Amino acid sequence: MRWGMVVDLDRCTGCQACVVACKAENNVPVSAPKSGREGRLMLWMEVIPEVEGEYPNVRARFIPRPCQQCDQPPCVKVCPVQALSKSPEGIVSRVFARCIGCRFCVQACPYGVIQFNWRAPQWPGDLREALDPDIAVRPTGVAESCDFCRHRYQRAREQARADGREVRGEGDYVPACVEICPARALTFGDLDDPNTEAARLARGPRAYRMLEDLGTAPKVYYLKEG
Amino acid sequence: MAGPTHHAEPEDAVLFAPVLGTTRRFWLGAAPLLLLTLWGIYAYTLQLRYGLGVTGLNRPVAWGIYITNFVFFIGISHAGTLISAILRLCKAEWRRPITRAAEAITVLVLFFGLGSIIMDLGRPDRLFYVLQYGRLQSPLLWDVTSITTYLTGSSLYLYLPLIPDLALVRDRATGWRRSLYTFLALGWRGTPGQHRRLERGIAVMAVLVIPIAVSVHTVVSWVFSMTLQPLWKSTIFGPYFVTGAIFSGIAALIISMAAVRRAYHLESYLKPVHFNSLALLLLVMSLLWFYFTFAEHLTAYYGGELAEAMVLFAKVTGRYAPAFWAMAVLNFVIPVALLANRRTRTVAGAVVASASVVVGMWLERFLIVVPTLANPRLPYERGLYAPTWVEVSITAGAVSFFMLLYMVFTRLFPIVSIWEVREGRQGLKEAQQRMAGYLPGNAELAPAVSPTPVLR
Repeated sequence: MRWGMVVDLDRCTGCQACVVACKAENNVPVSAPKSGREGRLMLWMEVIPEVEGEYPNVRARFIPRPCQQCDQPPCVKVCPVQALSKSPEGIVSRVFARCIGCRFCVQACPYGVIQFNWRAPQWPGDLREALDPDIAVRPTGVAESCDFCRHRYQRAREQARADGREVRGEGDYVPACVEICPARALTFGDLDDPNTEAARLARGPRAYRMLEDLGTAPKVYYLKEG
Repeated sequence: MAGPTHHAEPEDAVLFAPVLGTTRRFWLGAAPLLLLTLWGIYAYTLQLRYGLGVTGLNRPVAWGIYITNFVFFIGISHAGTLISAILRLCKAEWRRPITRAAEAITVLVLFFGLGSIIMDLGRPDRLFYVLQYGRLQSPLLWDVTSITTYLTGSSLYLYLPLIPDLALVRDRATGWRRSLYTFLALGWRGTPGQHRRLERGIAVMAVLVIPIAVSVHTVVSWVFSMTLQPLWKSTIFGPYFVTGAIFSGIAALIISMAAVRRAYHLESYLKPVHFNSLALLLLVMSLLWFYFTFAEHLTAYYGGELAEAMVLFAKVTGRYAPAFWAMAVLNFVIPVALLANRRTRTVAGAVVASASVVVGMWLERFLIVVPTLANPRLPYERGLYAPTWVEVSITAGAVSFFMLLYMVFTRLFPIVSIWEVREGRQGLKEAQQRMAGYLPGNAELAPAVSPTPVLR
């Protein structure tokens, strides 16, 4: 089993629903405008706008960028204290209580998806009440990144066990961003099972991966605009 | 100046004087350094309280001047041990009055190299997880291993040649100083047996410390070159960093020698000839540094891979161009112009060139760390980084604290190795014999093998 995501760039409308769903799901702190100016936005899932051409012939494209969940993750390799690991199902995740805050993983990641808690996390107003008690709130000074909503996989696995079956390659478990996407730009599933929609799309002619030639073997596939 | 208290042996009195008591001038010099140190500590407490948010670090520039300082301080530490060990092994006679000053720099500055890493950690309270849960596959663990080995080795290498001097001071000191030196001198009486064992120990440490020192800065470079980032992933980073380290180390040594020479009136011990020899070494290292820098940047330019070219042009013509060209002038133009010319290769000339190199090498480290991070492979983030006052204060505090510790060291231990200078004086005949041994014929003066193969 090897969980992967396919992002159809033709379908993405840049609505940022995935960004909001991710923040709410994973207790990702709210970033003040000041953090944006300082280059310290906390985003596990980010929609990057790419603007081509000059007015009036402008063409915008949106690139949703979660952690690329590499099969050869450079971040896991360099962590000095094993705060990062890759599960047998290929999910790269973290133990926040272990992280010493050296930011070596941040440097090692060529995709720029690892976030650091420069300050104490903040949730203004009632947002604090909306935190999910099952998800660890990260303290100041540790790194964090998208883990494909690993807690959802754990729940799906428990449910499957209770039902006396295996977790299915699609349907049982999707990350929050995939669940919410109104344009159905995101597809999630087991890449090892050739029958899942995700695996089928990832094999297709439009599929590519970010910085493929680096050999990091990401499990997030993008479908070129057709 | 506290005058020498023992007139029975006026020989080398000026070397004993600083160790036997402090002067007002010392405290006047120490006070501003102490204030800056305390200011740096205050800045660090703010960082501890509010997190690394008080720095200018961000995404993608998540390493800044703390890591620059780390590489820089570890580089300075190559002053000592490596230079002094090589000179000892080569039996370079002119080394005698300078080895101690060099070895002391190494040991003291290493604490600041390690300290810079701790200052950079988001969670310094979890520092010992590195020992508890350390993964040897991480280059950071290689750093921890080699730096602690280096610290242990160079401390021993500083201490061993200090023992006979501690005994000499013990016999002159009074009060608490006497107890301290009695303890530290380990009952040294200067018997031939003790000398033989000491010299053997020094020889072993001198040989051991060279590969350790080379490994240390190689491993420091590997923290960068093991990643996939443009202009970090370079095979010449190991030797390039070691070269830069020795380069900046010699510069720091020249500055510290000029300082103690002036403060303690050691003009007859640290002579222009010593500065001349070190200045020539500095000149050679400057040329070597230029060679590496040129090779490193030319290959990036000629290959023209997009990600590398972005970083390269950020350095050469972009945002970092002022720092880049300042580095080229400070590390190459100034030292070569001053030191290749016999008329300017004076004590003052060597000090000016060294100061220029120390600043230039700090810039070099900065230019290795920051431009790469500011220009990652993916075009989506472009970093702006400027250190905040907190980072600058902590850096200033670290440099001041180092200088303060060095001052205190010169007041606790003879900064010129007294026994080795004396041994050199007595060994004139032996040196003559050794030199004769290099020449054809002349067998009656020189035995084919030196009578004392052990190192001094």
